[in-house]
Amino acid sequence: MDKFRMMFQFLQSNQESFMNGICGIMALASAQLYSAFEFSCPCIPEYNYSYGIGLLVVPPIWFFLLGFVLNNNVSMLAEEWKRPTGKRVKDPTVLRYMFVSITQRSLIAPMVWISVTLMDGKSFLCAFSVDLDIHQFGNSTLIEGMSEVEIITLLAKIPCKNIFDQPNVISREAASRYIKCISQAFGWFFLLLMTSAAFMIRAIRPCFTQAAFLKTKYWSHYIDIERKLFDETCKEHAKTFAKVCIQQYFESVSGEMRSLHKNRSSEDDSDNDDDDKKKGDKDKLLGIHAQDDMNKVLWNWHTCKPPLALRKEQPEGESREGLGPTGADSGPNGLANGHAHNDPKREWAVYYSKV
Amino acid sequence: MERLKLVLQYFQSNSESISNGICIVLALVSVKLYTSFDFNCPCIPQYNKLYALGVMFVPPLIFFFLGILVNRHTGVMMEECLRPIGKRSKNPAIVKYMFTAMMQRALLAPMVWILVTLLDGKIFICAFSMSVDPKHFSGILYSSTGMPNTTGLDLLKLMAKVPCKEDMIFRNSTFRKAVSRYVRCYSQAIGWSILLLLILLGALGRLIKPCFDDHATNLQTRYWSNYLDIEQKLFDETCVLHCRDFARKCVVQFFEGMREDTVLRLPLSPEVRYNREEDMVDQEEERLHGITKQEQMDQLLETWFKCKPELDITKMAYRPRVCVTWEDHNGKTIYSDV
Repeated sequence: MDKFRMMFQFLQSNQESFMNGICGIMALASAQLYSAFEFSCPCIPEYNYSYGIGLLVVPPIWFFLLGFVLNNNVSMLAEEWKRPTGKRVKDPTVLRYMFVSITQRSLIAPMVWISVTLMDGKSFLCAFSVDLDIHQFGNSTLIEGMSEVEIITLLAKIPCKNIFDQPNVISREAASRYIKCISQAFGWFFLLLMTSAAFMIRAIRPCFTQAAFLKTKYWSHYIDIERKLFDETCKEHAKTFAKVCIQQYFESVSGEMRSLHKNRSSEDDSDNDDDDKKKGDKDKLLGIHAQDDMNKVLWNWHTCKPPLALRKEQPEGESREGLGPTGADSGPNGLANGHAHNDPKREWAVYYSKV
Repeated sequence: MERLKLVLQYFQSNSESISNGICIVLALVSVKLYTSFDFNCPCIPQYNKLYALGVMFVPPLIFFFLGILVNRHTGVMMEECLRPIGKRSKNPAIVKYMFTAMMQRALLAPMVWILVTLLDGKIFICAFSMSVDPKHFSGILYSSTGMPNTTGLDLLKLMAKVPCKEDMIFRNSTFRKAVSRYVRCYSQAIGWSILLLLILLGALGRLIKPCFDDHATNLQTRYWSNYLDIEQKLFDETCVLHCRDFARKCVVQFFEGMREDTVLRLPLSPEVRYNREEDMVDQEEERLHGITKQEQMDQLLETWFKCKPELDITKMAYRPRVCVTWEDHNGKTIYSDV
């Protein structure tokens, strides 16, 4: 039981903590990307707004989509959504739950980017410096003498320390401080909004749907595990299928060879004795002992692959006598019900039925 | 492996220590966030107070919500509070205990933020520099090294600009430094007082509480709240394990459902000997689940998507074992497993 507990913890923590880990890494990548990114406002009236707002909005969309791409539950959701109903009814609440949990995880990195951008204030400054009320920060007497276009051009230059050339007209620091404050206020409120939304969802939700929630959680987890187990079972099956197929192929070729050799040389009882003594090696060699035989095996493997249909294994004691001629007689298409046709052999009386 | 097991067991057994750990991590995050946050006082009379008090109180609110969210016990408490009574009676003392524990933990990070803010002083200066009476500093204000009032700004605007060091008006001004120092003193005094008050309250609470509390009831409440927590964890664990077994049996049943019927009736031979089921079923055969042809496999994979099996493994769970019955040619049973 202890071992199961360990395994369970590993599985459970592996699956969830893997997704949470990806989530956390993306959030950190988002913050790091922002700090590494060299923000350079164009300081031209027509482009400031597009650049500032674009930088605020486009990377979050990109992170959101990346979150979906990296989440391997997305394909599971798509498959469950698209499958025909068949014998198993589809539960829309399960689909909804899966979609919501995927979306929640994908939203974290965009949120981090938006918060960091707003707290830093540069993009807001770039986007909204043109909308500033110049009379609040400027020297009114000097402003009167400037045309509209000149004023706007000057305002657009506020984000750029290096090219701002008229400190007497507008106090650049005061204006940029003001806009940064507004940006930070927006940032804090955005964070507060997100946190209270998350709080409502996580802490208040049990008031409404707890029993149904347990059900949907269980079945969505079931779908995930079932998919994985199906893949595992298919792999195991493929391995065994291939092994038996190859084994039978070797045996069929060796059966031919053996009958060929028997025709050329005299009957030799010592074959059977050898088989008994070196049974292990013999099994591994699968009846191929000569270079020519092996060459034939390899050649046929490419030119004439065996069909994908396994013959039923003969019981051990009978196979030695029966396999050679039987293999040749029954031809390439093996029989699922192999037993029924091997009349001359002695057989187990098997009463085998499927209830 | 052993060490990992020990660590996991430690964490598993002591969920309180996990909650404490998370609580402390949040407090540290709060301090780090404050130091990395670039506080930008607007230095405009209408907005100073609003902005500064906003920065002082909105992040604590965020940390409070976060503290409640990341605490596992929130879910346990809400569930216990809201469940129908059913067969198990509800004990309000447990809910109260869990609520107070959760609140205490959630309040740590906000308090840390507020205290750090007050001890640092920047935000206080931004909020209350306008409330300072400049008459206290009139000596400096009008002296040669101080700030002459020849700029034409009225006094309020001037005071509002005190927090902003970089402003041209206040370059190398002793007046500004004096006012800042004064307000910072106030801020730090308030900060230390709050800290002292909190510690006193905590100490008093610890010392006096046992006089008023029934220790025995306390033990019971703690035990049952811990029990609820562990019970929920175990339920989740069991669900996951059950899920896995269910899925495995469902998949195997699906594979076996696709294979052809094998019903054989063969004549009894004198050489036959009874074989136990385990000998007959080869390891490989078992893993093949009866699917031995390409067409069968194709059909299986197609059916898996187009027509998933129903969620009912009663057949598999209660599958009868393969029984052998030997009859002679008259139909009389010689031997039967049934």
